[in-house]
Amino acid sequence: MNRGRRWRNRGWVLFFLAPSAIPLVLFTVIPMVSSVWVSLHEWNLISAMKWVGLDNYTHLLTDDQTRSVFLHSLLYCLGYLPLVFVGGLGLALVLNQQLRGRSFFRAAYFLPVVTSWVVVALVWKWLLNPTNGLVNTILGAVGLPQPGWWTDPTWALPAVILSSAWKDLGFVMVIMLAGLQAIPSDVLEAATVDGAGAWQRFRRITFPLLSPSTFFVVIISLINGFQVFDQVYVMTGGGPQGASQVVVGQVYDLTFRYGRAGEASALSWLLFGVILIITAVQIRGQKRWVHYA
Amino acid sequence: MPESLSVESHVEPHVESHVASPAPAREAAPAAPGRPRKGPWLRLLTYAAVSLGALVMLFPFLWTVITSITPEGSLAGGPTLFVENPTTAAYRTLLETLPMWRILLNSLWIAVVSTLLQLVTGSMAAYGFARLTFRGRNVVFALYLATLMVPMQVLVVPLFIEMTTLGLQDTYMALLAPSIASAFGVFLLKQAVEGVPRELDEAATIDGAGHLRIFATIVLPLIRPALATVAVFAFMGSWNSFLWPLVVIRSPEFMTLPLGLSTLQGQFTTEWDVVMAGSVFSIVPIAIVYLLAQRHIIAGVAHSGLK
Repeated sequence: MNRGRRWRNRGWVLFFLAPSAIPLVLFTVIPMVSSVWVSLHEWNLISAMKWVGLDNYTHLLTDDQTRSVFLHSLLYCLGYLPLVFVGGLGLALVLNQQLRGRSFFRAAYFLPVVTSWVVVALVWKWLLNPTNGLVNTILGAVGLPQPGWWTDPTWALPAVILSSAWKDLGFVMVIMLAGLQAIPSDVLEAATVDGAGAWQRFRRITFPLLSPSTFFVVIISLINGFQVFDQVYVMTGGGPQGASQVVVGQVYDLTFRYGRAGEASALSWLLFGVILIITAVQIRGQKRWVHYA
Repeated sequence: MPESLSVESHVEPHVESHVASPAPAREAAPAAPGRPRKGPWLRLLTYAAVSLGALVMLFPFLWTVITSITPEGSLAGGPTLFVENPTTAAYRTLLETLPMWRILLNSLWIAVVSTLLQLVTGSMAAYGFARLTFRGRNVVFALYLATLMVPMQVLVVPLFIEMTTLGLQDTYMALLAPSIASAFGVFLLKQAVEGVPRELDEAATIDGAGHLRIFATIVLPLIRPALATVAVFAFMGSWNSFLWPLVVIRSPEFMTLPLGLSTLQGQFTTEWDVVMAGSVFSIVPIAIVYLLAQRHIIAGVAHSGLK
């Protein structure tokens, strides 16, 4: 009887978990393990694998190109995060007030979020076209310099950052709006009664109480930022002369253009390590500045 | 969508209370210090800024449409807002180059199927973790969470090899495989299931209901908000997915929109009318979905940030 029930329970566990466990094992766990295996080999996807131990890793760690692609991913984050954060927070503060047409504005700012990265990259590649794109036409009309954007090594990464921030602004806005609405209004009212001005209220109450949302945005942005690929691949292809090549772009090129799959796998694990460290540091550091109401 | 999730329904009363005029009880006292009435100028400035921002957000979409109907020859001279003789030539070229309708259906189909799969597999696992007791439950759940940490690009190479070995390269199955189950969904849904009062299960058990009945008739209806959030993320994730299709799909008839568009760019480097026509193709369906489900989508995203 007891035994029978235990077996029946196992049956239920299997029934409820197998539909997710089997695909996760097949399409995440197995590839993950074999990725480690591949990273210890020299392999061009076609001929036999050759064991090289940790050579791929040591080579990558001393390679200038590795440093350059990590630097570009980092620069991307450093450019992108302030733009979307300040912009998204500002928008959220404005749209949290009583404003005619507020839902229209919110919908408008969010539209790019549901548009795919490839489309955003193509549309912006056209807008930022150096010779006859709209942005340079306008810049020229008002007498400002017209950068070469994605054709210019200096401007390629900023072009990618600009279009990415445009796409994600609405996302950050929605997260911050939800955070703002979670702040109890009586706290703010009490502060007003006590004579706190608008800036003081923001600085001393709203912003600290928003810190969980801020934390979420920072973590997500950095994780996604280091994994940036789609918009770079479409807009610049990593160029010109590798000036905007990012880590994932390098993983892709190493595998499918240069047939160095082992090195590519090793690089993807280095990236994973970097993301893990950055996330861990932030989670540890959050105690100091994130206040959960 | 229940009240608790809708951003809109949360805001209205709340905003009213601290932006609108002070409560009558305090009316006798002079206006609270530090909260001067907003001048009309500041208000105007706010509107101007927000409108300008909205223009920056929306104009690129309009520009995409305009470019797509501009005769190719006129583009070289720089953009014009009013197209003198609009043409559908770009769309014709586009349809001759790529099976765009099929690619569009592929994208929709893959997004819908993978969303449904993730909802089914995710809610079942959530129920298993939240309501069944078995040895090693926490360990297994931790393993699920661990798969969340592994980014797609780590998996891409071996997954590609796996698909090639299984003979699945260039198939719908290959596109779907990595998104049949998502640990993110399991995590979110498990929290929701834990929020369902156990008394409900117990009452149903006494009435003779088994796990399947409890799951389907009690738990599922009560976790709808979380299901909506998972659905939004699953759908957007699939719709936007690029790296994986780029790696595993070669033939146009299995391409999704992002992949199809990116190949377009290679073929029509300078023919922006064609590239923009392709972009219109992929903006319109998602814009329609967005307009229909806007509140749910925004609420779903907002919900994820509160976790």
